[in-house]
Amino acid sequence: MKELFDRLFGMGRHDIATEGRFLHGKAMIGEEKATVIGTFGHAAIDAVLALRISKAILEAVSEGPHPILFIADTQGQALTRHNELLGLNGYFAHIARSVDLARRCGHRLTTLINGEAVSGGFLAFGMLADRICALPGSEVRVMDLRAMSRVTKIELATLEQLARESPVFAPGVENFWRMGAIHEIWSETDNWQDRLSSAFSCNGDERAAIGFERGGRMLASPIAQCVADA
Amino acid sequence: MEKFTLTLKSVPAESLRTALCGVVSSGNLEVLVEHHGVEDACEIEVSTSAHGFRDIWEAVLNDFAREHKAGGLRLSINDAGATPAVVSLRLSQAFEIAGAP
Amino acid sequence: MSYFEASARTRILGLVDAGTFQEFCPPEMRQTSPHLARLDAPLSFDDGVAVGRARLSGHRILIAAQEGRFNGGSVGEVHGAKIRGLLDRAMTERPSAVLLLIDSGGVRLHEANAGLIAISEIMRALLRIQAAGIPAFALVGGASGAFGGMGIVTRLCNEVIMSEQGRLSLSGPEVIETVKGVEEFDSKDRALVWRVTGGKLRRAQGEATRLVEDSIPAFRAAAKELMESHFLHPLAEKSLHDLLEDQERLSERSIEFSDARDGQAVWDARLSDSSRVPEIDCEEFNRRLLAK
Repeated sequence: MKELFDRLFGMGRHDIATEGRFLHGKAMIGEEKATVIGTFGHAAIDAVLALRISKAILEAVSEGPHPILFIADTQGQALTRHNELLGLNGYFAHIARSVDLARRCGHRLTTLINGEAVSGGFLAFGMLADRICALPGSEVRVMDLRAMSRVTKIELATLEQLARESPVFAPGVENFWRMGAIHEIWSETDNWQDRLSSAFSCNGDERAAIGFERGGRMLASPIAQCVADA
Repeated sequence: MEKFTLTLKSVPAESLRTALCGVVSSGNLEVLVEHHGVEDACEIEVSTSAHGFRDIWEAVLNDFAREHKAGGLRLSINDAGATPAVVSLRLSQAFEIAGAP
Repeated sequence: MSYFEASARTRILGLVDAGTFQEFCPPEMRQTSPHLARLDAPLSFDDGVAVGRARLSGHRILIAAQEGRFNGGSVGEVHGAKIRGLLDRAMTERPSAVLLLIDSGGVRLHEANAGLIAISEIMRALLRIQAAGIPAFALVGGASGAFGGMGIVTRLCNEVIMSEQGRLSLSGPEVIETVKGVEEFDSKDRALVWRVTGGKLRRAQGEATRLVEDSIPAFRAAAKELMESHFLHPLAEKSLHDLLEDQERLSERSIEFSDARDGQAVWDARLSDSSRVPEIDCEEFNRRLLAK
């Protein structure tokens, strides 16, 4: 992880501790001190990890407005009966509320996908930031095509064929970029420190509009408008 | 999906409003009732997941157009493999909801 | 009339004041899913959700109802955009409440990416209206329950009204069984599924704020009562203090029930009498909850 942090923030400009699959600390982004909160090692997010994430966000809020960087690497929610019994959806909703509070309190929020961002885990943690960037080699998905084929009872070959034509259901950072859910895909040769600083200088939620511009989601924006203005 | 449209003679409807009846789930269908220009004809548009049953559809829909005052109506059907009995039932329900006596 | 058995449209008509429902983006506009069409799958003229405005007890509300029997009430691009548009509308229309009749397994896999993004947009829009002082109520009592992203959306609402048949959770039991095996979660064991995700468990935990009988009038009465109590105690924005309290509560639950895998453990801790809970009616359940 140190190598990644050095590249993102510069050597000697970060102090981030890890515990289990959770990472938390401070780092300099440009000339600003930021809070860094994240998961790594394709973490499965259970109630305990969810509580750590929300606690870290609330701590940051109590310190007053400053940038918050989420680093997401999650295989999705933990799949156990125990977590369902606890009401893991409620723990995820609590993360979402904490993120929203941070935004309302003037924190700028950026998510960096470093590895995997899957389904419910991504939805709760990361997807609600103002800006989402993906590191090279990252993967974003709801479900892989094989499992999707099993559940929808549509031939895998058909899905594979359609996945080449449409960004709407198949896994892939590029697809999510076209749909407007990922703002930037970084490359290996980029200066990540510079890119991170400039990501934090953007604001607002224009994902549906971006998805329309990029040709990935042609209906979301006009339909929402149609209902909102009817 | 198999799609076809039929235009059937029917006695002019007495009154109607737009209505949607039924749900597109396995063995079920939805029927959308709307107004359409020609007074003594009923236009029926079918989209069904069960292929090769057009004859049966035509029989059921002909019965419907004969037994109801459905002239001037446009019925649009999304079907997910309903039996003829369910189709007849939904058509009658849709017709009732749309306010035609 | 049973809420569970009713269609989305029947639920709306039974919940709101007679003759007041006005639908936006109605079925005759035929805004169907182009993605289902590409897969040659059946379409629905409303893409499985009806949205509009109405009155409840004379008060203006906005309402959305998912049709749980159309593709499991799943959220695709159009379906999700209709709900988000309704929430955007709430910002200008300022209704007394927004009612979300949730009946959904979550993201529609046929258009998974669009569905996931749509749910994240619904979450943001929901948080925005709440910050503007407009309360949102989730009603859960349909066959598809409230799962996946819609389980999260449900818990973002200010009030959650459930029947005992309603199910509220994140991952469906079938998904857990497929990935982790039948010994982790036997999705065919209906009684177990219900003890882990059902209305009586969620009410005992405080995840649901009302437990009602499976009838449309019972849901209507609860929604009306909650709307009126929100008039008396208008919604304040959630503060840091509120969220720290939530943090504490959720944290305590995860410690208190750190080994629990069956709802009986929660009933034992939260009810004055936890015997034969599946058999008792709502009135008896609510009495036992209050008595503790």
